[in-house]
Amino acid sequence: MSTQIQEESEEATETETETAPVERESPGDRRREAKRTASDQRVASEPVGEIEGDTFRLKVFRYDPEVEGKMEPRFDDFTVPREKGMTVLDALIYARDHYDTTLTFRHSCRQAVCGSDAFFINGRQRLGCQTQISDLDGPVRVEPLPHQDVVKDLVVDMEHFYDQMHAVEPFFQGDTPDGDLEEQRQSRENREKIKMSTRCIWCGACMSSCNIAAGDNEYLGPAAINKAYRFAMDDREEDELKEHRMKILDQEHGVWRCQTQFSCTNVCPKDIPLTEHIQELKREAVKQNLKFW
Amino acid sequence: MSQSYNRGLVEDFGRWREFTAGMWAWILHKFTGWVLVGYLFTHIAVLSTALPASNAASGVIAAETDVYTTTLQGLESLALVRVLEVGLLAVAVFHILNGVRLLFVDLGVGLEAQDKSFYASLVVTAAIVLASVPTFLEGVF
Ligand code: HEM
Ligand code: SF4
Ligand code: FES
Repeated sequence: MSTQIQEESEEATETETETAPVERESPGDRRREAKRTASDQRVASEPVGEIEGDTFRLKVFRYDPEVEGKMEPRFDDFTVPREKGMTVLDALIYARDHYDTTLTFRHSCRQAVCGSDAFFINGRQRLGCQTQISDLDGPVRVEPLPHQDVVKDLVVDMEHFYDQMHAVEPFFQGDTPDGDLEEQRQSRENREKIKMSTRCIWCGACMSSCNIAAGDNEYLGPAAINKAYRFAMDDREEDELKEHRMKILDQEHGVWRCQTQFSCTNVCPKDIPLTEHIQELKREAVKQNLKFW
Repeated sequence: MSQSYNRGLVEDFGRWREFTAGMWAWILHKFTGWVLVGYLFTHIAVLSTALPASNAASGVIAAETDVYTTTLQGLESLALVRVLEVGLLAVAVFHILNGVRLLFVDLGVGLEAQDKSFYASLVVTAAIVLASVPTFLEGVF
């Protein structure tokens, strides 16, 4: 894939307006170029959402440490036909399939379930598959998630995020009930309480939006704390287990790092009230420490 | 993975236009908090002129020519000091109002309205500061 850089730069001249100067320019080239620039500018300045069947500009962050021409990070422009119901992920797939097969990004379910396509779209962490082009101002600018190392193009290294998730033991540890046919029951109220916290799809958008997490690598981060909330608040786990979970959270780099900026809550694609859960765990930690009687 | 690209803090102050209410509240709260700490030191320095002044003869104090009184009067006669006082009030009022907002956030009350409560603390701060301007700036300009 990465050996196609030559071919790519030829194709890219079709769409790029800023990079890759055209070789042996003829007057016709210049005329087409001017026309294209003008139409691009028109697309960029026109209100989005009204024009069906038109095109829009997609600006994508490019970087590949293994390919000569891509070691310096840059933005590539792609002209993508606007389609009804088109998402940012659809646009990226279009650009990859029609212009540049080396354009790399993670995606799978296309329905906000797998959590693999969180990007920094127009200055905000969003899921590519959940974000409608018609909801965005043009040009649509797609970057990899901030505060994570970029491996290639839009692919970031998620290892640290997964480490933090695993640090809170994100699995049910309650005792299995006696008797073969005994069910492990949860009250409706308790299920309601943890309902939102179970929705996390491990996309990493919240962690990427948090500037506290950016400055403190040990901070568990919103997603991991929310994951811990999901089990700490689950009544089916015993009290000792809850205490054990609270020990992980009641630390400088646990819940107490949160400074209630609400960035995570604002970007979470599953609308999980992250700050609310973190704050509740802070109060829970205080309550537990005050239990000296 | 052989190599990766560290973009540093992408969401630094260069992106301030995209900051949300909660982020602004955090920045302003830190800033005002540290301004208040800074003021505390200058405040102590000015007040400590009362120590030598307390040794002055009673006639000097009655005539209001002791160090403490002259220092204060000297400062208050400066337009810059009066303007800074308005600024100090703004900083203190915002810090207190947003501090109360943060206490509610800590209690888990009204988290859905956290952005509105931030705007409210800004508006109330502005109202109080504007109302104080005639008092603070009286007679200097
Ligand atoms: C009624 C008056 C006050 C209230 C309600 C209040 C409230 C608060 C609260 C709730 C915080 C924590 C913010 C957070 O969670 O991130 C805070 C932080 C802070 N306050 Fe105040 N405060 C008051 C007065 C003062 C005064 C007089 C000073 C200075 C002498 C001050 C200096 C600070 C500083 C420097 C911080 C930031 C600490 C940090 O870096 O985490 N505050 N304030
Ligand atoms: S909490 Fe929300 S933003 Fe964070 S990883 Fe889970 S789904 Fe993504
Ligand atoms: S592709 Fe699965 S969440 Fe977007």
